[in-house]
Amino acid sequence: MELDFEVVDLDESDHPDEGAQAPDFVRPLVNDEYWEDVALSELAADGPVLLVFYTMDGDFPATYIWNELRDRAWDDDYDITVVGLSISSPYEHKTFIDEREMDYRLFSDPQNGVAEEYGIVNDLDGMAGISEPRPAVFLIDDERMIQYAWVAQEWPGFPDYDEIEGKLADR
Amino acid sequence: MSEPPSTTDPSITLYRLQACPFCERVVRKLDEYDLDYRSRFVEAMHSERDVVKRISGKRTVPAIVDENTGVTMSESANIVEYLDNTYGAEA
Repeated sequence: MELDFEVVDLDESDHPDEGAQAPDFVRPLVNDEYWEDVALSELAADGPVLLVFYTMDGDFPATYIWNELRDRAWDDDYDITVVGLSISSPYEHKTFIDEREMDYRLFSDPQNGVAEEYGIVNDLDGMAGISEPRPAVFLIDDERMIQYAWVAQEWPGFPDYDEIEGKLADR
Repeated sequence: MSEPPSTTDPSITLYRLQACPFCERVVRKLDEYDLDYRSRFVEAMHSERDVVKRISGKRTVPAIVDENTGVTMSESANIVEYLDNTYGAEA
């Protein structure tokens, strides 16, 4: 997106980087039929995971991110489980999964504790009492070691999908 | 942002879309002039934006209503210019 003015820069984030172990957590993981508490480590035990933090379920920018991820369908070509996480409730996730017509599952974290663990909290201007994760992507292996980390440094911010795809292809 | 936001009827209302850079541009300008404002968040689908159409005649955001001056306005460049002219150093 080319704009003739500066977008908003976010403060430096203090997130775990490549080579560190991603913090484990348990949250409701929502699919198109139900949700249940699942640990990140359970998903990782089955193989590498792409953990995508995104803005609360809505038309924008969550829709941009998930339309792109759905269309790229990385899990078809690579050994990877793609999961999302936002502060939206499980009910909202179910609706969102239906609307986006996607197969990916989404963690629900309304209290934003996971973003705190990951050092990526984004306090929202104009919505008192609500914070959410800043957009971020972590590629972790079966021992939750981080192989790739991206955290938005501006608002809005979107992942570099080609860079992630390159990383998936290189493994 | 550390100050608890006031909801005691600020005279400026900003209709905005979450994470819309054009809206954030207006927010920055409002903050620059230390103006109190109320944020109303709308959805991205234009068809879901009847409230914006009712106040401004268009469905685009950002849009502001400034009761100080009676001005209602859309388009971030216009709004920034308006804020500069109304509340800036030269106003």
